[in-house]
Amino acid sequence: MSYETIVGLEIHVELSTLGKMFCRCKNPTLADKPNTTTCPTCLGLPGALPYTNQQAIDSCVKIALALGCKINKDSFFERKNYFYPDLAKGFQTSQFLHPFGEHGKLEIEVNGTKKTIGITRVHMEEDTGKLTHSRLDGKDVSLIDFNRSGVPLVEIVTEPDIRSGEEAKEFLTRLQRIIRYLNVSDADMEKGHMRLEPNISLRKPGETKLPKYKVEVKNINSFKFVDKAIKYEQKRHEQLLEEGETPTQETRGWNEFKNKTVSQRSKEEAHDYRYFPEPDIPPIEFTDSQIEILQTQIPELPDERRKRLAKDYGIKNLDAEILTREKAQADYFEDMVEIGKRHGIKATKIASYLINKKVDVKDTPPASVIKQIVEEENIETIDDSKLEQAISEVFEQNIQAVKDYKSGKNQVIGFLIGMVKRALPEAKDNDQIRKKLTEMLE
Amino acid sequence: MDITNLTITEIIDGYKEKKFSVSEIVSSYLERIEKLNPELNAFITLDAQNAKKKAKDLDSKTPNGALYGIPLGIKDMFLTKGVRTTASSNVLRDYIPPYSGTVVNVLEEAGAISLGKLNCDAWAHGSSGENSDFGNTLNPWNKERVPGGSSSGSAAAVAASLVPFSTGTDTGGSIRLPASFTNTVGLKPTYGLVSRYGVISMASSLDSIGHFSKTVEDSARILNVTAGADGYDSTLAKRDKENYMEDLKKEIKGLRIGIPKEYVSDALDKDTKQAFEKSIKALEELGAQIIEVSLPNTDHAIATYYILQPSEVSSNLARYDGIRFGKDRSYFGKEAKRRIMLGTFTLSSGYYDAYYKKAMQVRTLIIKDFKDAFEKADALVAPVSPTPAWKFGEKADDPLQMYLSDLLTVPINLAGVPAISVPAGFSEGKLPIGIQFIGPHFSEKLLFRIGSQFESKTEHYKELPNL
Repeated sequence: MSYETIVGLEIHVELSTLGKMFCRCKNPTLADKPNTTTCPTCLGLPGALPYTNQQAIDSCVKIALALGCKINKDSFFERKNYFYPDLAKGFQTSQFLHPFGEHGKLEIEVNGTKKTIGITRVHMEEDTGKLTHSRLDGKDVSLIDFNRSGVPLVEIVTEPDIRSGEEAKEFLTRLQRIIRYLNVSDADMEKGHMRLEPNISLRKPGETKLPKYKVEVKNINSFKFVDKAIKYEQKRHEQLLEEGETPTQETRGWNEFKNKTVSQRSKEEAHDYRYFPEPDIPPIEFTDSQIEILQTQIPELPDERRKRLAKDYGIKNLDAEILTREKAQADYFEDMVEIGKRHGIKATKIASYLINKKVDVKDTPPASVIKQIVEEENIETIDDSKLEQAISEVFEQNIQAVKDYKSGKNQVIGFLIGMVKRALPEAKDNDQIRKKLTEMLE
Repeated sequence: MDITNLTITEIIDGYKEKKFSVSEIVSSYLERIEKLNPELNAFITLDAQNAKKKAKDLDSKTPNGALYGIPLGIKDMFLTKGVRTTASSNVLRDYIPPYSGTVVNVLEEAGAISLGKLNCDAWAHGSSGENSDFGNTLNPWNKERVPGGSSSGSAAAVAASLVPFSTGTDTGGSIRLPASFTNTVGLKPTYGLVSRYGVISMASSLDSIGHFSKTVEDSARILNVTAGADGYDSTLAKRDKENYMEDLKKEIKGLRIGIPKEYVSDALDKDTKQAFEKSIKALEELGAQIIEVSLPNTDHAIATYYILQPSEVSSNLARYDGIRFGKDRSYFGKEAKRRIMLGTFTLSSGYYDAYYKKAMQVRTLIIKDFKDAFEKADALVAPVSPTPAWKFGEKADDPLQMYLSDLLTVPINLAGVPAISVPAGFSEGKLPIGIQFIGPHFSEKLLFRIGSQFESKTEHYKELPNL
């Protein structure tokens, strides 16, 4: 029997704010030595209290707005109570009842089919410390680094609208682009800025209700692994269902070396987090004008921009898609188009140049690339008869090469071009020489 | 001349007149502590060396700061950098904090000198001081009686003139109750006026940071230093600084002072009732207009408080797991364990709506009660405790009986309004009795004015225990 796969995603995004979520410590980088960017608040010392970082709240609201969420004007933080050695206070300051954003959506396209994925919620919370299990002086030890403790974290939860690993990957790719466009996080997977948790279950075709179970795969750090984990789980569930069993509701982890998921925690150990409103932080209220101001700070997002570039500049849809993957690249393209106008260079030419030559947009000024294009366009062609004469001479001197070409060794053309250029130094346009050479070799 | 019976104002005057040096003051108090503390057990950690050093240092400088050279004792709920801070619990018996909180810092910047840390009920859980893991603090007025809690050491230390003032925390009456049991002035400021940063949290939405002093004037002087936003406690109101000493001499003629009828029930013992009636008379003589008001939800206050407070306690004590500092959870005492279990239960899924959520709704009604009452009255007056100090052991085995002693103080914390407990006389057996003035949010200046006028007329504060 073929089954339908039901996937919902939970994504944690570490924000790139200057400071931490509830204290004045700097938001650390991986280069900081362990436990050097800490204070009483993020260490959870007695008497320490949280003080909210407005930049982080604004960033979270921007993500929510970019995903089309409704912003809760009356929101508050809540305590999520659980014990873990990396959780300094014994609770995580998070949001439960009233996340900053709810009911959003994001459109994806897989194999030419468009689809809308619902966004359940976008909320603000703080990261935990980091546990490392290692050996020290011959003993097994667990080390805690609290640098990450209190780093602002945005959690994005989707509706169970995703049906395949490909869809999940596409959704994540688009989400990552949006977050980068907003400039609220580097969203660098390798640095753990984005952590992914798919919830997977299978149902019989035609069923409309959600399956009675779901399996959560925790803390995956690449889109490829999300795809693989979903595919692995699909097979595993299918096998169990075929045998008449229901897969166990549990949390599993992705093992990238074994290419499989492994069971971590079953439902029996599920937590009761005892959420309640965080009494140390007053409720967070937004006015319409505050939301409007944040809305104006949101740049044109990748999807709209792709459409506009294709329409306004007449470039290919695929080119527009490639150019808008990163905001810097798209900005660069539009800067070049502006300069190119003065030199009569078309947007389509610029688009293909940028894509094919893989221009380093960080370190090359757009004007210098335009200059390069202009130079290449202006390469003088020379008189055909002069060229023909030179080519004839080259043929006479390189009979073997001509023979080789005729027997199918096309690569000798490069050698012949070189010989022509040596015989006729004013011939500079490779394309012209190549064209003439092939003509005369036929 | 005994220079340890002085008020802050008197010490300041003495410095001006060069009657004594800061070192002399500090040494006199330290000597008195050495003599009386072994029995009273108000201080559980002394910081004598540092205090003497600071005194010497101040003597070499030009007098500066609102509390220049004034000794104080600090409730052991306040973190003090480099000085052991225990919350009077074995869990933190050896804990030396790496930082001081806002109030400790601003007091020191104003020139105050800490002589050490004061005993309290462990984690500030209690009404008698008997929950301390460091032994009972005795009531200087009667050593068989409790000094009141949770700020037991803070009250006893000021009453016994071991210090002219001390810090305290008031979550459900922990400053006002012991103040009323020891003939001292105890201020519970508006929630959101004084920073909680660096004070061990009991129940975050109720904790108020206040102090004990001999007089209302001293109390106002201290609040001038401690009040204000600090950028560390998010719940602090951003307001302009006020001079709380401004209206102390202003008469109270024509002020409408309300008696909440629910607070003067038959539950009051005879002496308390008598002292209260005498106090009302004194207020009338001062020209105040006494009216009756109603706080109809008073009956639900204790039940509400004993859901919200343990809920927050259970979460606030989670960090004391012994992994990074302090000792493990087996070191928690009975009362802390009771509150952790109660709070964990009331927050559990399936019970949250019935307990925590309901309690929050009742809290809103209680806040409204006070708002309505302040439409009719400028301030309220009420007894602090239904009885004077009880004997050690009398309620120790009956937590519910102990909880009920907070009946007249808890609603004020739930509403977040300020209140000041002022000496109001004595029982037949010479046990102190206090009354509290309660005002709208941020009305401290008015409360100091009423308190000061009342105090000048009655002068109960001048009576000292026989030690």
